[in-house]
Amino acid sequence: MAIAEPKSNDKPIVLDDAIIEGAEKLSEEDIARVINDMIKTEGGARFKAYLNTCMSCGYCSEACHFYLSNDKEPRFAPAAKVKQTLGEFTKKKGRVSRETLMQACEIAFTECNLCRRCMMYCPFGIDIAFLMLFVRRVCHKLGVVPRYIQDTAHSHSATMNQMWVQEDEWIDTLQWQEDEAKDEFPDLRIPIEKEGADVYYSVIGPEPKFRAQLIYQAAVLMHVAKIDWTMTSSPGWDNSDMCMYTGDLEMTARLKKVHFESALRLRNKRIVMGECGHAFRSVYDVGNRFLGWKMPPIEVVHAVAFYDELLRENRIKIAQKFDRPVTFHDPCNIVRGQGLHEKARNVIRQTCETFIEMEPNREHNFCCSAGGGVINCGPPYKNKRVESNRVKADQLIAAREKGAEILIAPCHNCHGGLEDIIHHYKIDIEIKFLIDILFDCMEK
Amino acid sequence: MYDIYALARGPFAWGAFIIFFGGIIYRLVTTVMEARKKDHVVFDYFSPYYAMRSMLHWIVPFGSTSMRRQPVLTIVTFAFHICLIGVPLFLFAHVILVKESFDISWWTLSGMAAQVMSLIVILSCVYFFIRRLVQPDVRYLSATTDYLMILLVAAPFITGFWAARAWAGFEVATLLHMLSGELLLALIPFTKLSHMFFFPLTRAYAGSEFGAVRHAKDW
Ligand code: SF4
Ligand code: SF4
Ligand code: SF4
Repeated sequence: MAIAEPKSNDKPIVLDDAIIEGAEKLSEEDIARVINDMIKTEGGARFKAYLNTCMSCGYCSEACHFYLSNDKEPRFAPAAKVKQTLGEFTKKKGRVSRETLMQACEIAFTECNLCRRCMMYCPFGIDIAFLMLFVRRVCHKLGVVPRYIQDTAHSHSATMNQMWVQEDEWIDTLQWQEDEAKDEFPDLRIPIEKEGADVYYSVIGPEPKFRAQLIYQAAVLMHVAKIDWTMTSSPGWDNSDMCMYTGDLEMTARLKKVHFESALRLRNKRIVMGECGHAFRSVYDVGNRFLGWKMPPIEVVHAVAFYDELLRENRIKIAQKFDRPVTFHDPCNIVRGQGLHEKARNVIRQTCETFIEMEPNREHNFCCSAGGGVINCGPPYKNKRVESNRVKADQLIAAREKGAEILIAPCHNCHGGLEDIIHHYKIDIEIKFLIDILFDCMEK
Repeated sequence: MYDIYALARGPFAWGAFIIFFGGIIYRLVTTVMEARKKDHVVFDYFSPYYAMRSMLHWIVPFGSTSMRRQPVLTIVTFAFHICLIGVPLFLFAHVILVKESFDISWWTLSGMAAQVMSLIVILSCVYFFIRRLVQPDVRYLSATTDYLMILLVAAPFITGFWAARAWAGFEVATLLHMLSGELLLALIPFTKLSHMFFFPLTRAYAGSEFGAVRHAKDW
């Protein structure tokens, strides 16, 4: 089977050589055994209720950007993704061909962002993302996973961070950012391993690698707001988690444990996380559960909620408002994931002169199509990902036409996804993090 | 034929009701037991307030964005479900049967209203059937059983309507009405028609997760 560009939309075409290589090693018996084991051990009441309750009514179709952007091609409807994957698995009692397995892998990993928008459109609240994660977990157990995201998961297992960052690199980055900041603020520190500090600040692996200025900005923010904070030099510094998206929940549990424990070891009062959506989901929603904590063992605050709090408590003041018109992308993982949309809007209203809402917004916003690990599946899938989010482009173009020049997206993944969309559809809009705006406007 | 009629009125009816109620209890109990073992989150995060909030938004017509986006489907769905449950429960002929057997009775629909409502059920089924055939995404999602299910639900209403109008062959229609109604009852717990009693469960769970954990709306 050759790696080819998709021609027809009828069936997913397998684009990733690691999926093919992985599947080639499997016999139908292997596949059946793993599928049936998974259904037996992890296919609980929710799994069955979802599969047996879906009335194939199509209410959810209109919710999915993949469906809408691919000219309403039926197989991109949320429930259709279930039909093509778990539907086949259960109908054939696990005895599916390698071909079907590879297609299921392709669908679950690259045609669903696990954004949970469709869940809000289903009368029964069927959680398609949960079911797609189930498929991914089957794929993980069978060793059939797209190469790029699996490499990221390997990095997590080997280094406890997402980007193969070595310990000395990490500490160097912090010191480098501290040195840079000292030019402006001579007494600024990035406290490392400070016991008892109020705030334990954690970021995702790509920050030290590609976006170190965000650490700089966060340090300035903490400094100006006089926050008693710290970062850790130990492996818990990275709060990200691609293993949650490859279906490797055991690894997710290890990652989250290290993250929580390093904050607990330092007896910090709470964890504040940088602007990332999936990391928040992993810490607040997935990892804690897998470790047996109903809620995280230490309070977790997303950057957006933290900025909102700093502004409300007057710990930072706005010197002059940002004068270019902005619009805002609600990241699924912090909006459908923790309802931070009003807090984000409060921050924007306090820092920006002109705010233009994107439609739809808040819980109903469309995902950027990078989420759920889809962008992490890498170059083979870039075209499909961007083309499958024409609705996002339409949303952005409409906001642009209303005058928005800046697109604020408080999530790393969203940035990646939105940048690709802006580029592909040639939209004249500039993306920023919320902290970019805050940093620009606050009294320093 | 009289023998079959007696069977349909006696043992089959008993059987259907026992399977119907027994089946529902069985499905609910096994689901809850399995959830206790494998889906503890369902109980951990359960919140009566948010469960109710979610259910209210989804049982009130046009209470959710999704419903507002598909107005025709929503109107038909609500009309269909109201009539589907209302007619059998409040049909004079049914209440009389219950009164004869158990000496309890309740308010009943007028004959005319019952006929109109039955017609609504039948026409809704026609709509659902055609929609399944012609709307590409729904057609893609549909299996043969989805079409059969519509026929299964329509059958007692078509035959009941027939009998009520006393059209030619209404004795046969009455018999078919009883048999198809009994078949429908007996199959509800074991087919997708079980969404009737799974709806509150899945909805309550979605509502609790969205409301209590994620602080977001789910409609
Ligand atoms: S991408 Fe989002 S809306 Fe589409 S199926 Fe996946 S979870 Fe549902
Ligand atoms: S809206 Fe819900 S019940 Fe209807 S097809 Fe989608 S998942 Fe199934
Ligand atoms: S990257 Fe952003 S928009 Fe996309 S799924 Fe994640 S949070 Fe949602």
